[in-house]
Amino acid sequence: MPLLELRDVSKAFGGLQVIDHLSLHVDEGEIVSVIGPNGAGKTTVFNLVTGIFHPDSGEIVFEGDDVSGLAPHAITNRGIARTFQTLRLFLNMTVLENVMAATYGHTSATVVESMLQLPRARREERQIRKVAQEKLAFFGQRLAGYRHDQPAYSLSYANRRRLEIARAMATNARLLLLDEPAAGMNPNETHEITELIGRLREQAGYSILVIEHDMHVVEGISDRVIALDHGVKIAEGSFDEVATHPLVIEAYLGVRAEAEPL
Amino acid sequence: MSEGGVPGVPGGPKVGVDQWVAEAEERREARTGLTGAVARAWERVPPPGRLALLLGPFAIFPFVTNEGNLFRYGLITIVYALLAIGLNVVVGFAGLLDLGYVAFFGFGAYLYGIMASGHSGHHLEAEIAIPIVVVSTSLLGLLLGLTSRRLLGDYLAIVTLFFLQAFVIFVNNANGGLSDFSYPFVGRVDLTGGSNGLDQIDPLNFFGYHLTTTRQYYFYTLISLAVVMTMLYFVNASRTGRAWRALREDPLAAEAMSIPVNRLKLLAFMFGAGTAGFTGTIFGAVQSGAFPGDYDVGLLITIYAIVILGGLGSIGGVVVGALLINGAPELLRSSSNARFLFYGVILLALLIAMRPWYRTVVVLLGTVAFGFVLHLIVGALWSRGTAGHIDGGGALGRALEHWVLLPTHPGRIAGWAYFGLIVAALVLTLVHGWWRTIALIPTLYLASFVWENKLVEQVSGATRLILLGALLVVIMNVRPSGIFGTARVEIA
Repeated sequence: MPLLELRDVSKAFGGLQVIDHLSLHVDEGEIVSVIGPNGAGKTTVFNLVTGIFHPDSGEIVFEGDDVSGLAPHAITNRGIARTFQTLRLFLNMTVLENVMAATYGHTSATVVESMLQLPRARREERQIRKVAQEKLAFFGQRLAGYRHDQPAYSLSYANRRRLEIARAMATNARLLLLDEPAAGMNPNETHEITELIGRLREQAGYSILVIEHDMHVVEGISDRVIALDHGVKIAEGSFDEVATHPLVIEAYLGVRAEAEPL
Repeated sequence: MSEGGVPGVPGGPKVGVDQWVAEAEERREARTGLTGAVARAWERVPPPGRLALLLGPFAIFPFVTNEGNLFRYGLITIVYALLAIGLNVVVGFAGLLDLGYVAFFGFGAYLYGIMASGHSGHHLEAEIAIPIVVVSTSLLGLLLGLTSRRLLGDYLAIVTLFFLQAFVIFVNNANGGLSDFSYPFVGRVDLTGGSNGLDQIDPLNFFGYHLTTTRQYYFYTLISLAVVMTMLYFVNASRTGRAWRALREDPLAAEAMSIPVNRLKLLAFMFGAGTAGFTGTIFGAVQSGAFPGDYDVGLLITIYAIVILGGLGSIGGVVVGALLINGAPELLRSSSNARFLFYGVILLALLIAMRPWYRTVVVLLGTVAFGFVLHLIVGALWSRGTAGHIDGGGALGRALEHWVLLPTHPGRIAGWAYFGLIVAALVLTLVHGWWRTIALIPTLYLASFVWENKLVEQVSGATRLILLGALLVVIMNVRPSGIFGTARVEIA
């Protein structure tokens, strides 16, 4: 049974069919990339899976349960966490607090317990701090201890992307949705993020669905690649298969003029 | 890659590497000078010490003043601080622009009055009445929150402002008169006393112990403030507080990071409403009455001013904000206090805002010299121009008599000078560099001329409000995020 499965999902905004009868799946321990030209509906897939939009028809099944129609925070609690293409950190909170905030769903101290500093609340608070530090430690030097108490806005662009991943990890998710993790990064940092995504699976055991434009990254990480165009899946398979698929080439480059029938 | 530093320079961060960048930013952001030293010292004090430092002066205050002052400066300041703390949760932590906040304060006072007053005929004890009030106001907050939780920003503000107006109209009319609503079971009853207010509210009565003197109320309110501040400090550091701040920063991201945004918004609303309701019981009891005019937009603006001045999201800031907003206008009632403040504000503003330092020196010396020279010239040519006197003011007043022009009947001259001062202030904003420094000299002199000849007479009236306004403008310019607030980045 796949970890995440989209069955015949459609979504339209007014008259614009953004996702058109799309089916795809991610297996446990797999890294799947979604590629496609701008406007192909890649981010909409993420928004549908995480509950920000609800599908018009079709099912989104996670670990055997239909999660379409749940509120975003409920879906995150089921074990799907995402990062955003346009970074959405809590900029005025510290680096550590950003990660700590994401543990909300699987912690339980009530307001009254925290207000009165009951032992259970204090124990849990220590636990949250430890978890957050562990998640940040995954990024080694980049988000090292001296950065933990700095506000998130003081981080560089690449570090903000890393912090978003750390924040998603802190939700106790099993499936990470990474929306263009290498966007805006220099070649060195891109190389580093490719390595990191590999480690996320090997060491931390996440299954990963990733949107990426940088074909070096896609080639480096993917077990399977899915190409979308106008909300329709046009190709699926290994990187080499998809990259040479005529429909994919057409979607990216258009049709040769002489190939068009007169 | 972070190892890619300059070879042959072992140890220490290398130029351009993450750590170096961070340290450079730290150096750039560190506040310099006196304010920086104070801020750093403040951050070193442990939280209980900060609470003691903030509230300690309040604990001493009753022993050095009389009943009237204790009520006006002390009790009202603390009541404002309590209100501002509740509002701070709603606006500062959760980022919800709630303009109906004061209605919960009024609701608390009226509900307590209905449960314990000569007006209603019930006399519930405070230890029962207060929990009922807090719970009911929280539920009212929940109700308002439920109806408006889908609204964002300005729209929420409009709906909640409407709620406040509806509340004021309700208490103005629910007096059991002919046009009043007939309630189920009880029929027409006089709930609120209408525009005359709900009078004869019982003093707070805990297990038979009555709070009667202002001093007793003062300490009760002060302890309540300390307790609420402590509890809020803990909540702020807990998962709930983090979730509130996260949803203020970015509701969508918060929701995606497993935070139930709607539920937390409602919680913030309830928290704020409960605090306001609790404060209402104190205010109702200490005034022994609840009057519709007390719970109107004026109070709302005052409380907002306190929260913004103290720093959105800062718990300690509201105490200082309340002290400034409530205390300063009262202190300004006497003209010698006001004079010290007037020159103090100018001096402070110059010291803080003028860069580099030698321009400050030029302006100060220039203004002093300008005044004496002008005084000599005018004294020789037109004796009436220097014949006036300053009432009181001690040494500063006597010194000023040799410096500022004091015509015997300054009425019309001062009026024109006032007009000229406004024009000069506008001109100041148009010129730059040394021209501004030079233009500042006669402007400052003109300001003190207007002050001594016109404003100081009306100090208990409009002037103190003008001065207060100027003080607030100066403070907000120096610390745009409030006295205790931390600078926030909106888009980065």
